[in-house]
Amino acid sequence: MAGAAVLGRLTWLAAEVAAVRQETSSVRTLELGVPGWSEHRAGQHVDIRLTAEDGYQAQRSYSIASAPGEPLAITVERLEDGEVSPYLVDQVREGDRFEVRGPIGGYFVWDGDEPEPVLLVAGGSGVVPLMAMARHRAHAGSAAPMRLLYSSRSWDDVIYREELETLGLDVVHTLTREQPEGWKGYARRIDDELLLEVAFPVAESPRVYVCGSTRFVDAAADGLVRLGYDPLWIRTERFGATG
Amino acid sequence: MTERTLDGNAIGGLLLELFGVELTAAPCVCGGCGAREEVARLDVYLDCPGVVVRCRHCTDVMITIVRGRERTWIDLRGTRGLEL
Repeated sequence: MAGAAVLGRLTWLAAEVAAVRQETSSVRTLELGVPGWSEHRAGQHVDIRLTAEDGYQAQRSYSIASAPGEPLAITVERLEDGEVSPYLVDQVREGDRFEVRGPIGGYFVWDGDEPEPVLLVAGGSGVVPLMAMARHRAHAGSAAPMRLLYSSRSWDDVIYREELETLGLDVVHTLTREQPEGWKGYARRIDDELLLEVAFPVAESPRVYVCGSTRFVDAAADGLVRLGYDPLWIRTERFGATG
Repeated sequence: MTERTLDGNAIGGLLLELFGVELTAAPCVCGGCGAREEVARLDVYLDCPGVVVRCRHCTDVMITIVRGRERTWIDLRGTRGLEL
């Protein structure tokens, strides 16, 4: 099947920024027009390659924020000492072009065809691939219960804050560094007690997707296993500060 | 240092480019301890000269990938098997 192998090959495609949306002071969503792009699955990512005038190239991976069937969108957080993210968050304008390849990944994906409840656990911008799953569930009319446990530093750092309330899933925030006056929600890092209160009961065999920094992902996944979750139910994706 | 540890999801694009198939969901058996995990669940270090993939259980090196200008060297000595 030489033809199949060729189809599987990954090629760089020209992308044009079709729309830009500021999500928080350090996070922006870029909607991309990519001729020849194939439909993605919720949870997948893309590689992005920027080429400077002198030929220097920088490449990074970003999670896809949009649901399958929607135009390709990525959400990018500015990392202060980063090489690529400050450009994507502060400088890129509609009509700018760079290269993308993908969609990439077959492990950290949720297709919406399973009835089990879905627990999403997000640390900061780790919410991006989980947002694709939440949007997918809403669009596809999936009956699977879905709950998002979302850890942010402050209320102003919560990405997709308004839209999350409209998607028909339970959203539980924890604000680890700073809370608005009168905040009654969680105000600490994720621990076993918090997981016990928020997570679906073990008897429901929930599917779990955890995305965040290495430390966050390990804390959440290890805590869920201590609650009795089967490690096979838990899919994780770590992101690193590669900027 | 731990903050710089990624997982196999991070090299999904690289593996797809090199092998032409999606590999992050492919189970992979560690040559050191025999643990079987999907590639996405392995520890990945991108800051080395090249890419180093380690078993999350025994930390043995399972895969190294070094890219040159026109060719790529892949060392799979630490991987006993890969299921597609």
